[in-house]
Amino acid sequence: MTMPARAHVMKRVLLGDNQFFGVNHMSEEKARAQAMRFQGIDAVMEVIDTAYDTGITTFMCTTHDRVADVVERVRADADRYAGFTFYPGMPYAHKYADAVTESGMLGAVRRFLPEGGLLDAAVRGGRSLARKDVEGLITLLVDAEMAMFRGLDTPVVWLQNVVVDMLIGLRFTDAFAIFARHVRSRYGAEPGFITMNLPAALDTLEDAGVENPIVCSNINKIGFRMSGGIEAYQRVLETRSFRAVAMSVFASGAIPPREALEWIFAQPRIESIVFGASSAAHIRGTKALVDELAPVSD
Amino acid sequence: MIKVAVVGLGKMGISHLAMIRAHPAVSVVAVIDPAGYVLDVLGKYTGLATYKDLTRALEDVDIDAVIVATPTRLHASIVRQAIDRGIAVFCEKPLTLSAVESEELAAYALDRGAVTQVGYHNRFVGAFREVKRLLETGAIGRVTHYHAEAYGPVVLRSRGATWRSQRAEGGGSLYDYAAHPLDLLAWYAGPAESVGGTVLGRIFSESTEDEVYATIRYPAGVHAQLSVNWSDESFRKMTTRMTVTGTAGRIYADRQEIQVYRRETAPAVDGYDAGWTVRYTTELTEPVRFYLRGEEYSAQLDAFVARVHEGAIRGLNDFSSAAVTDRTLELLTRDAAGEKVEGTAVIAPRRRGLRRRK
Repeated sequence: MTMPARAHVMKRVLLGDNQFFGVNHMSEEKARAQAMRFQGIDAVMEVIDTAYDTGITTFMCTTHDRVADVVERVRADADRYAGFTFYPGMPYAHKYADAVTESGMLGAVRRFLPEGGLLDAAVRGGRSLARKDVEGLITLLVDAEMAMFRGLDTPVVWLQNVVVDMLIGLRFTDAFAIFARHVRSRYGAEPGFITMNLPAALDTLEDAGVENPIVCSNINKIGFRMSGGIEAYQRVLETRSFRAVAMSVFASGAIPPREALEWIFAQPRIESIVFGASSAAHIRGTKALVDELAPVSD
Repeated sequence: MIKVAVVGLGKMGISHLAMIRAHPAVSVVAVIDPAGYVLDVLGKYTGLATYKDLTRALEDVDIDAVIVATPTRLHASIVRQAIDRGIAVFCEKPLTLSAVESEELAAYALDRGAVTQVGYHNRFVGAFREVKRLLETGAIGRVTHYHAEAYGPVVLRSRGATWRSQRAEGGGSLYDYAAHPLDLLAWYAGPAESVGGTVLGRIFSESTEDEVYATIRYPAGVHAQLSVNWSDESFRKMTTRMTVTGTAGRIYADRQEIQVYRRETAPAVDGYDAGWTVRYTTELTEPVRFYLRGEEYSAQLDAFVARVHEGAIRGLNDFSSAAVTDRTLELLTRDAAGEKVEGTAVIAPRRRGLRRRK
């Protein structure tokens, strides 16, 4: 597999978007309070602006409809957001799951394929469906999800964990190679893979021929949602070749910030952490702690 | 290696397939689905042995256990074929669309010594397990009332082309959504005595219900209220909730957390003082070997595999337990249709020979 001429350097801290869309792994009440607070795009931008001004300039986001509003704001004020980058993750799983319940597997795929005016896409889609050619389908679905980011900097494109983990379980290895190839060739970006099963993901990505992949998974001191066990995670961090992005570093608030970050940066191979802050104090506090514990040398 | 076949490659079937194929003690020997598309894609890219017809698969390959994730209407005949051949069965919920049929299948499975399990995954959710544990220790005194809820954004407009929108196929929010809180009620409170005031309301669907409301009565004057709506966009995804009121306190639980209020009069329970105690999924959830969509989905399959391995005929969510839930589902259907349903005597289990049935 061809590698980009120069590997993209990820920032130490990435801003996630769970908090904006009512996702909270700890409490439904908290999730709802956040959904209420962030229902206006101004409230979302306020957090993103605080993060940006603190030096957190990467937004790791889903392709939720409302991310399109964030994208528009950033596009409209290029000076304000100089150097701002998006790391989009796809697909937005609930959108598809609900569509599958309503329209069936095939109906759901049809619904999300680009339509109207895109003759090439329509032809590609129809032909792919008819031939059971997943390469055509995967690339089309990626293109459909990437459309909202046109013209913006997206140096890493993620495949979301529900899809990654389902493909791992099914041993649908080809899909990873297809995704990686397409993201590199069409978008000049690094493919990233989010997973709740880090050791298994690394095995599958190796089988797929994706070298030194960027992989994001839960990594935290208490082993929360580190499937296969914390020891297995520490073993792959020691021995395998990949670029680790840690999420759930604070285990939804179960670990105090300093303790969580001291532990995380004592692990090898951690290039970045992604966290979903919603208060200025949390953003500034986390950034300051990271700068203290894991200063960027280059 | 336990040789497993998966029948039905819809949303649940594919999800089960991914989890079970990742199990180190399992070899998936066949996937079966009459609609060829997904089947052909899997055959082409994953090396799985694919069949359009269950009978062919049963003749072709040696199978220890089968996962059934077809539309509910088809469950009974598939399950019966499997049990006939001594195959262990994991079946999606509900078990069947008829209380009598579910009870007969449960009796037949016991008769033949088959390992069975139904996919009521909430019994594998840490917070709901903690509720069960607390109720067994009498942590909130004598229970008087349950409030069982499920909400989510499945049907938000008037269309829908899958079996889930057809009641006769086992679609609708009673079978798809209400079955979950009802199964938790069956776990906590046992078999229902009677139901009343059942509303199977339509909001957007044309051939099935979108909302379910009912009062359910249990022995010893215990009662429950059921409140279910799958057309509620204010919920990001399906949310199941259980509130239990007792003489010495109250428990609220959902997938993420358990909030317990205990009066001074409550008996001593380790880790729970008088007043509020809140415990979160981070401490209540046992880690799993492979994660997809939630620990409970992997945990239930792992429990099934362990039971197949041990030949454990009785166990959590076996057919007998699912039949209790199916009985309540039927009581609700009949009550909503205006039939008089007083207690289980109206449709007492009949132990007819299964093989004589068509």
